[in-house]
Amino acid sequence: MATIVQLENLVYSRPAAFTDTPTHYCPGCTHGTAHRLIAEVLDEMKITDRTIGVAPVGCAVFAYNYMDTDFVEAAHGRAPAMATGIKRLLPDRVVFTYQGDGDLASIGMGEIVHAAARGENITVVFINNAIYGMTGGQMAPTTLPGMKTTSSPSGRDVELQGYPIRMAEMLATLDGAGYVVRRSLHDPKNIRLAKKAIRTAFEVQLHGLGFSMVELLSTCSTGWGVTPVESLGWLEQHMIPAFPLGDYKISPSVAAIKL
Amino acid sequence: MTRELWKGNEAIAEAAVRVGLEGYFGYPITPQNEILEWLSQRMPEVGRAFVQAESELGAINMVYGAACTGARVMTSSSSPGISLMQEGISYIAGTELPVVLIDVMRGGPGLGNIAPSQGDYSQICHGGGHGDYHPIVLAPASIQEAVDLVPLAFDLAEKYLNIAVILIDGSIGQMMEPVELPEMRPVVRKDYPWATNGAIGRKRRVLSSIYLEVSIEEEVNLRLLKRWEEIQKNEIRFKEYYLDDAEIAVIGFGTSGRVALSAVRAARSQGIKVGLFRPISVSPFPARQVAELAGRVKSILVVEMNAGQMLKDVQLAVGDRAPLEFYGRLGGVVPFPNEILGEIQRIAKQPPSLDGNPTQRWLARMTTPKK
Ligand SMILES: Cc1ncc(C[n+]2csc(CCOP(=O)(O)OP(=O)(O)O)c2C)c(N)n1
Repeated sequence: MATIVQLENLVYSRPAAFTDTPTHYCPGCTHGTAHRLIAEVLDEMKITDRTIGVAPVGCAVFAYNYMDTDFVEAAHGRAPAMATGIKRLLPDRVVFTYQGDGDLASIGMGEIVHAAARGENITVVFINNAIYGMTGGQMAPTTLPGMKTTSSPSGRDVELQGYPIRMAEMLATLDGAGYVVRRSLHDPKNIRLAKKAIRTAFEVQLHGLGFSMVELLSTCSTGWGVTPVESLGWLEQHMIPAFPLGDYKISPSVAAIKL
Repeated sequence: MTRELWKGNEAIAEAAVRVGLEGYFGYPITPQNEILEWLSQRMPEVGRAFVQAESELGAINMVYGAACTGARVMTSSSSPGISLMQEGISYIAGTELPVVLIDVMRGGPGLGNIAPSQGDYSQICHGGGHGDYHPIVLAPASIQEAVDLVPLAFDLAEKYLNIAVILIDGSIGQMMEPVELPEMRPVVRKDYPWATNGAIGRKRRVLSSIYLEVSIEEEVNLRLLKRWEEIQKNEIRFKEYYLDDAEIAVIGFGTSGRVALSAVRAARSQGIKVGLFRPISVSPFPARQVAELAGRVKSILVVEMNAGQMLKDVQLAVGDRAPLEFYGRLGGVVPFPNEILGEIQRIAKQPPSLDGNPTQRWLARMTTPKK
């Protein structure tokens, strides 16, 4: 059979850790990008068969349909608790949660803070899109001041609705956290940096160096009411100033890991 | 094995360790703290998982995750904490996982108090969480019985992929009695075909309680109900005392059943033909047995440390077969045998009629000032 692409010329393919199921995400959504990065890292580290994912309640509720690892589906916000239960019973397995900002920074604030404080050996991929995507675009704890959502129709009024929460900065203050960084998914360069961070976070877990989290600034063109292309620019322009990219916690033992 | 003096909570915790508990997750609340405290020392000692969670929400979801691995896992709490766990209990039921839960009930509603109560009967037996599911609920009346029900609770949970609850009150949790504990057994992690423990050499597995396709969700519900039917058929447990020639039957579970037994013995010594029916499985409820009993006796007295939560199950089973009376103490008050004896004497003198409502009659008696 003639193949259009010769194997030696292949520079881009579907990660083996991906299933064949097409994702259900809206055009322009970066959930799919984040999924792909995780799948690529699982392939590179050859840990797909040792990994158990914990899916959130949110747009990524079906994450288990796309990544080819064992998966469980948590209650809204409780993924870090569920991951704790799995990891404590199976310490030689790799356990990660995948959570949105409503899931992690609102209803699940208690669970994430204490998982980090305990130094739970799990990896968290945190998708910060500044909005509740799944329920139709309501205000999230990460919604920017003045930002319009379906539950802050005239823009988030900080006098009445408070200020956005910066999770990476907050969790970095906890001694149990080994690796806490913020990256963005708005352009190829940043996507590459995001992947490197996800790889490091999983390495931290394999080395038993405590809690690791990669916060990923993400788009929600549907919820934001902009086109997919506009959403990338909007992220760069508005979200990065409010949620600066950077390494918020790299414990000395994590810094010593050689990749 | 010799009998040793053990505190209820500690005996239950140690029994769980000995029958292979691999993971415990809990949060402090009186009167169940000794379970958490005992396991905080014992579980690490034998190389097993223990986490003091950040809340009962954390604890129930940790136990949810841990159950997904196929290990023997447990949590414990008391009434307000059990309320907080209800979301997780519903998820565990929807995912069809074996989990054991110990509820050491205290006075309520609200923060209430830390005294013994049976006020969680309805929220545990008839579901405080959303959706249609039925926990298996076992209600011991002594520490020995509680200890003996621990391995059974795990076995039932694992056999039926269902939550199994041991429902006690603060008095059983806190008091000391001589008990014989089970022998230490080796841990055997079963190789369940559903456990999410890493897809090494097999196809991957997913555990969840989400079924967006309504027809599939309906099928899941029907499967759960069919399984519940099996449980109702096979797992009814109860004890009968002095019922052979009884004209009055007292029905009570756990501590109220135990106190009622003293009252029944005292009444027997006065020549009153009275016996006790003590459900051990309160869910599934021994409805058929209670119905049969109602056909044999002249009247029934239900005794509880709540406002008649089990009474409703008794009423459903009894129908018009026998007149009912109710006696309950509330808010953390444990009835004295004499109070129940007084009720038995009253009924013996003047049998109740089928008319009217036993709860209303009881409430009127409770709230009428004594002359
Ligand atoms: C206990 C509970 N409360 C509320 C909901 C409804 N709900 C589903 S998803 C969601 C928000 C998800 O937003 P986010 O975590 O930001 O993820 P995104 O959808 O944006 O990816 C909410 C509130 C729920 N499922 N469970």
